[in-house]
Amino acid sequence: MNVQDKIRNQVTANSVVLYMKGTPQSPQCGFSGATVQILKACGVQDFAAVDVLADPEMRDGIKVYANWPTVPQLYINGEFVGGADIVREMYQQGELQKLIKSAVD
Amino acid sequence: MTADEVRSTIMNGLPCDYVEVLGDDGQHFEAVIVSPQFAGKNMVQQHQLVYLALGERMRAEIHALSMRTLTPEGWTRSAMQ
Repeated sequence: MNVQDKIRNQVTANSVVLYMKGTPQSPQCGFSGATVQILKACGVQDFAAVDVLADPEMRDGIKVYANWPTVPQLYINGEFVGGADIVREMYQQGELQKLIKSAVD
Repeated sequence: MTADEVRSTIMNGLPCDYVEVLGDDGQHFEAVIVSPQFAGKNMVQQHQLVYLALGERMRAEIHALSMRTLTPEGWTRSAMQ
């Protein structure tokens, strides 16, 4: 399976997927860490987190998949939601909470 | 790369009414970008337009670009608040 198919499988098999640097317990980048905190603040307990630093192929592949050059990247129900700025802005506007609620219900 | 270079690269690739870029470590930047091209697009599409304007430099030289994208109308509204 190539990396693009692998990503497509991951984002469709899990309702909330975060591609990040490091792990939720030990983020390796401030933007990834902040995004984890926002997901937790939205009440998401068990999201799928993928550490792109552990897999160079994944680190490049994820940039191609969403045509998005940076990490973190959040996917909800298979759709690319955004990077750290967009996630924060949607959270501040209450939009992220709504999106997550509709995804996990 | 300096904040001024980021600013001019964005402006060369995207018609903008206003661009402000801050950041002095050469890799992390914060930007406010106002462009009529953002009208009718969601935030993901707006940020993608900026990434497109930055091209390869985004991959090679910039570690992180935190940005706020606004249409001219949205910019006027937020200035009045």
